[in-house]
Amino acid sequence: MLRLHYNLEKLSMGLVVAIIIVASIGGAVEIAPLFTIDETVEIPDDLRPHTPLELAGREIYLREGCYACHSQMVRHLADEIDRYGPYSLAAESAWDHPMLWGSKRTGPDIARLGGKYSDAWHVAHLIDPRAVVPASIMPAYPWLTATLDTKNLSAELATLARLGVPYGEALIANAARDALAQSRPESDGADGVRERYGEGVAVRAFDGDPARLTEMDALVAYLQSLGTLTAAARDTVGQEMGQ
Amino acid sequence: MIRGLSLPERQWALALSVALALLGLAMAAAARQGPMAVHGGMALALGLGLIFAVGGALYDGDAPADRAGRYYDDPTRFGIVMTLIWAVIGMGVGVWVAALLYWPEATPLWPWTSFGRLRPVHTTGVIFGFGGNALIATSFHVLQRTSRARLADALSPWVVLIGFNLFCAWAVTGYLMGSTQSKEYAEAEWYADLWLVVVWLIYFALYLRTLARRNEPHIYVANWYYLAFILVVAMLHIVNNLALPVSLAGTKSFTIWAGVQDAMVQWWYGHNAVAFFLTAGFLGMLYYFLPVRSGRPIWSYRLSIVSFWGIVFFYIWVGSHHLHYTALPYWVQTLGMTFSVMLLVPSWASAGNAIATLNGAWHKVRDDATLRFMFVAAVFYGLSTFEGSFLAIRPVNSLSHYTDWTVGHVHSGTLGWVAMIIFGAIYTLVPQYSGRAEMAWPRAVEWHFWLAVSGTLIYVVSLWNAGITQGLMWRAYDQNGALSYSFIDSVRAMAPYYLLRTLGGALFLGGAILCALNTRATMRAAPQGVVTGDHPLAPQPAE
Repeated sequence: MLRLHYNLEKLSMGLVVAIIIVASIGGAVEIAPLFTIDETVEIPDDLRPHTPLELAGREIYLREGCYACHSQMVRHLADEIDRYGPYSLAAESAWDHPMLWGSKRTGPDIARLGGKYSDAWHVAHLIDPRAVVPASIMPAYPWLTATLDTKNLSAELATLARLGVPYGEALIANAARDALAQSRPESDGADGVRERYGEGVAVRAFDGDPARLTEMDALVAYLQSLGTLTAAARDTVGQEMGQ
Repeated sequence: MIRGLSLPERQWALALSVALALLGLAMAAAARQGPMAVHGGMALALGLGLIFAVGGALYDGDAPADRAGRYYDDPTRFGIVMTLIWAVIGMGVGVWVAALLYWPEATPLWPWTSFGRLRPVHTTGVIFGFGGNALIATSFHVLQRTSRARLADALSPWVVLIGFNLFCAWAVTGYLMGSTQSKEYAEAEWYADLWLVVVWLIYFALYLRTLARRNEPHIYVANWYYLAFILVVAMLHIVNNLALPVSLAGTKSFTIWAGVQDAMVQWWYGHNAVAFFLTAGFLGMLYYFLPVRSGRPIWSYRLSIVSFWGIVFFYIWVGSHHLHYTALPYWVQTLGMTFSVMLLVPSWASAGNAIATLNGAWHKVRDDATLRFMFVAAVFYGLSTFEGSFLAIRPVNSLSHYTDWTVGHVHSGTLGWVAMIIFGAIYTLVPQYSGRAEMAWPRAVEWHFWLAVSGTLIYVVSLWNAGITQGLMWRAYDQNGALSYSFIDSVRAMAPYYLLRTLGGALFLGGAILCALNTRATMRAAPQGVVTGDHPLAPQPAE
């Protein structure tokens, strides 16, 4: 072996090829099967993609780096299930480009945040976290009252559709209109949002002001959707508890 | 800088500067607004600056006639300056965001400097800006000495360094403007990623071309590590950053990976950025500078072969230990854990090899702060690889994951190992390039050493305490079977540790600033005509 190496280290291309081969094995074994084994991700029937408004909120969540402090992955541990709710399933993030499982909990996990607090609580908390939770160390986000830019939403849905997220033509064409309508329950488009994304979708003035579509509307809509896109996790954990 | 180039090289440099300016103009014109337009403007400004610099010196006398008989160290000098600039920026932002966790009210009310946007500025600034520049700069030095050959050409090292720094500048300014892919340690958007691929290919080609000119039959160990760093980082970067832009005229893109596959790809990348950026490259640095500074040959050649291939093979498997108890299939988690534990063998073989090399030179470790930096680096390398294998064990990970223990672990590796070996290399190279026996302020090196060691220890110990406290509070149940603490209780408990870690970070930053000032003073000081024992360059054929 030593003799072999003695000769190998005289050849730069030999080292290059050897490094590539040796360094490829682990990744190939671990990553490739995740695409071929069907059981890795079973998409539940009731899973819906994010609405355009929620998607815009998700992008604000990325922009502000929220994922650096909040995970969205409840681990399969008793205390996490007790604290946060049903553990996360792979299917729940099957259409998430990128996934936001996170790696650090400077703040709590928010995979099950949807419906836990009122919209007004979220708005107050994002404007000034310490007004609501005095010991919080979260930064304040007063600039989220800015008007939401919806002009790229159709193109973004179309891009995600090309990557396999089930956004059909009607959803892509109506993206900007749906974003606006989801924050205006009284408007004509509100029914269109429910028709395209399901009756379970929240249609409300998330920031409390239906007259303006703001980044706050989008972010709160996204936060309220977390953990509500499918009932699969609740059902799975419920069944396990029942056994 | 430009005087070292021949006339055809200057003409090429001018052409490339024009191309860069045009690329910037095209980006700015296509995007019109947003981060991509700003980045186009930055490229345009850089291109124009280079056009004036190169154009102004185009006919300023030819390159020194004897240059083929000397090593080409101007790029390394520039790389060291960039390393130190990024050190101050990256660590400065790190200390500031650490302070924000203790004083969140200090966050200004405008978006650009919010914690979430500054955090990747810190990570990119220190990993790529500080670490990356140090790797590229030292690799040029080591490659030439161990091959006893001059760099294959004088232009491409500049393309690599300037291009790489443009990538770093694009990345961090993008985050401030809210442009991010959100993939940890790979946040830069698609066009910056493509740019880095081009820069990296030029780097790889230069490395191989120079190796081809070597006058030693064998390729020295340090180069194996630098090669692994260049190759595998390219592989990781390309696969992890595969993305579909929403528009070619816009910043936004979506990664092609989704959900559990994305998580696996992300941490395959994330942990191997640790392996091949923050470990392999720096082991290359260690394998050259430790023997040179201590005047002792590497203790065991066989051990370095075993540890090299062990590290290249085992590391790739371990990324999934970031995903214990998650929705990732269990068998992948188990593989990640198993290989993480096995990885301790080659890791400790490297650390042990380094420390055993110092046998017979311990008096130098005592007297020479520069060598002491390298010794401490090897010790922290051993400690943090042990801790890493330990944290990857599933039940341990159930406690440590998501807590500040992980952050403490990372900093024991980055401050204690990566930064220490960089400082050791810088304090070796700067006097040598300045024709001096030692740094301009030798006492400041000693001060820097103790600031760095105490800063690292305060930082790491406070976050060990923080992380274990968090982990235990999150899982504590009372007698009635209810959780003992709310989440905010654990946040409240962190305050003293967050304050201490800010202090530790500030001490470390203070040392880095001292190093930057000392380097500046040394580079500006008059040469003393000292020629340190450099490997003689083999006789070169005329160009």
